[in-house]
Amino acid sequence: MKFRILAYLFFFVGIADLFIKIFYGNIFSDLTEDYYEIANPILVFTPVLFFSIGGIFLKESKVSLTLENFGTSRIKYYSPQFICLSVVVLIFLFFTFNAQMNMENRGIDFGFGFLTQEASFDMQFSLMDYDGQDPYWWAYVVALLNTLLVAVLGIIFCTIIGVIVGIARLSPNFLIRNSAAWYVEFFRNIPLLLQIFFWYYAALRALPLPQDASPLFGVTYLTIKGYYMPAFIWNNLNIFLYSILAAIIAIIFIRYYANKLRDNEGKQIPVFYISLIILFILPALTFLAGGVSLNFEIPVLKQLSATSFIYDGGIAVPPELIALTLALSLYTATFVAECVRAGIQGISKGQKEAAASLGLTPNQVLKLVIMPQALRIIIPPTTNQYLNLTKNSSLAAAIAYPDLVLVFAGTALMQTGRAIEIVSITMLTYLSISLAIAALMNWYNKLIEIKEK
Amino acid sequence: MSYSLSALLNIFKNNLFEYLLTNKRTRRGIIMFKIIKQFTSFVAMVAVLFAFTTETMAAKKSKTLKNTQKKGFVRCGVSQGLPGFSNADASGNWTGVDVDVCRAVAAAVLGDANKVKFTPLSAKERFTALTSGEIDVLSRNTTWTLSRDADIGLTFVGVNFYDGQGFMVRKSSGITSTSQFKDGISACTNIGTTTELNMRDFFNSKGISYEPVAFEKADEVVAAYDAGRCDTYTTDKSGLAAQRTKMSNPDEHIVLPETISKEPLGPVVRQGDSVWEDIVRWSLNTMIEAEEYGITSANADSMKTSDNPAIKRLVGAEGELGAAFGLDNEWSLRIIKQVGNYGESYKRNIADPGILPDRGPNELWTKGGILYVPPAR
Repeated sequence: MKFRILAYLFFFVGIADLFIKIFYGNIFSDLTEDYYEIANPILVFTPVLFFSIGGIFLKESKVSLTLENFGTSRIKYYSPQFICLSVVVLIFLFFTFNAQMNMENRGIDFGFGFLTQEASFDMQFSLMDYDGQDPYWWAYVVALLNTLLVAVLGIIFCTIIGVIVGIARLSPNFLIRNSAAWYVEFFRNIPLLLQIFFWYYAALRALPLPQDASPLFGVTYLTIKGYYMPAFIWNNLNIFLYSILAAIIAIIFIRYYANKLRDNEGKQIPVFYISLIILFILPALTFLAGGVSLNFEIPVLKQLSATSFIYDGGIAVPPELIALTLALSLYTATFVAECVRAGIQGISKGQKEAAASLGLTPNQVLKLVIMPQALRIIIPPTTNQYLNLTKNSSLAAAIAYPDLVLVFAGTALMQTGRAIEIVSITMLTYLSISLAIAALMNWYNKLIEIKEK
Repeated sequence: MSYSLSALLNIFKNNLFEYLLTNKRTRRGIIMFKIIKQFTSFVAMVAVLFAFTTETMAAKKSKTLKNTQKKGFVRCGVSQGLPGFSNADASGNWTGVDVDVCRAVAAAVLGDANKVKFTPLSAKERFTALTSGEIDVLSRNTTWTLSRDADIGLTFVGVNFYDGQGFMVRKSSGITSTSQFKDGISACTNIGTTTELNMRDFFNSKGISYEPVAFEKADEVVAAYDAGRCDTYTTDKSGLAAQRTKMSNPDEHIVLPETISKEPLGPVVRQGDSVWEDIVRWSLNTMIEAEEYGITSANADSMKTSDNPAIKRLVGAEGELGAAFGLDNEWSLRIIKQVGNYGESYKRNIADPGILPDRGPNELWTKGGILYVPPAR
């Protein structure tokens, strides 16, 4: 009976505590000596503490708790969950209160109005038109595109290199197998940031100055200031694109027909070569008949001063992009290669032997029997590597590639001083990109998984 | 507060589990009594603690001052290495005119110019570090602008170096003036600085298309420019002069004569603590005014008997200037004795190492410069 009164007392104190804090603000706020206002969330916690103590007392007043029945008591069942929940709530409260209180103290307001202000800084490299007069949100979009560009390029290259190296690791050829193994062990075990610095400072710095560069493939120049390529100037580009589309549709039909022919009559036709020919012939025809023409704008050396030159015209790929793509894809390819190897080795040997005994060539065995099954093992871990690559692309900031982190979470953050807003936008952006890639890969995984009837 | 909180938690921690696990009713009653007793004494203790807190008014008003005195050191944000302004030597000793501002504050507040904890910050991190309370003074060649002062919770307390943005090029390029810049020029700089904005204004007004290459750290900018990635390197002229000393061959580079912007560099404090703001402001002003009156670290003590009341006030022999900050009267004397006046600091850090031997606008107003501070009285 005594306990019940105590319980009500604690409940009352808890409610009073809560009400005072809600309606009269924190009465202890003068007592906090540090400007971190650390005490605030902890003081919010005290009503919770009072309630829980009251709850224990109320519990006590009904059932006598002994060591024997403690194991089956509700207190034991609920208290860990209660503690977990309150810790999570407390942490959340701590940070929101802190941020709010400190921002209020320092006269910083929270809001996203700055996004429409003029950005007034320039970007080294952008896929879409960007000028310093554009607002911050456009700078964000342009920077995001730069991030996506390097992520997509990295994913493409790391997949190509990864699949080749992964298969090469299982090659019967001693030299191929071991060089692939060495490549994986070497690049996988060096920190990525170091590799980025290596490719940027060491490898690219070894490149010649524009005036000393000798042409690569006749018209392209790889120099310290970037890779200069001729730009294509199209006439009637849309007709050309339609012709490619038509070629692809034709190839799909031919493949379908070839499969049917193989299934029904057992005839093999060289689909690959036919596809290749169509893919070349159809677009080529448009040059002759469709009025399509292509001109090249070849980069020309231009003198800026006595010793400094630059290539004018054409397309310039900045060395930062090259270094970043190179480092990201070479690093991630090692992990992809291991995924591929694991996938292939995960298929039982019997499958390969059975396929071989049917008279399939080694290439056919790999393409028709092993790979379709191995893909199911390869895709999920490879998705992780794609996500890693995308997130790692934020290391671009180290070498001045204008990605989301450098431009938006760097320059824009500095110029506006809106750290919380910008960092949360950036975090959400990376989260969305990652989730989008994961969703895409899950969809593909569903597509190739065993269809159970 | 944290002490009292841990005491509170201890009371519950020590007894609650024992209470829950005891099956004898009488024993539990005893423990409950113990908890109540300890809790009451805790409440009494806290009440006594707050009732008898005795502090000076200024310290009570200034949380930063109180914290600094409690911690025993001034928390100061500096650059990651800019010779002449803030640079650490091999043994970790920081020197520079920016560093001296923090040392002056430490001498005034704590009585020892060495009681400073330096935090090297990138341009990007600096304001967040200050507003979040990681540092108390930001003395990191930071340009005073309207938006920084008014918008993001900062207060600039003064100017310790008048600077302007310039360009550095290779001597061999033959460029002697910015008018020789041509379309397509690539310019290396730091992100998160006013430089990035000035650069755009400059090139736009001249109608020159350029390629900005912006790095996060100054060392990376220098490395990239040095290797030939960029045709020009642009930042504050003092920074150019200082970074030139870091290049593989300093003589191959020249700083162009044009100045494209105003860059008043000065220390910054958090907004909302006006006493602390005043302390930092007048620590800096004391150094400049001491030079004006010819008080140096060597003759400061003997100046106490000077005939000039302004000098006597500055060395604490007259007036009660420190009281307004909650400091003693010798605060300014300690600054002059331990750190020296502005001229000494400039000579030691910038002129003698050959970074900018000519003081230019950073000369006193009496000697043709623009250094002019309000009188300390």
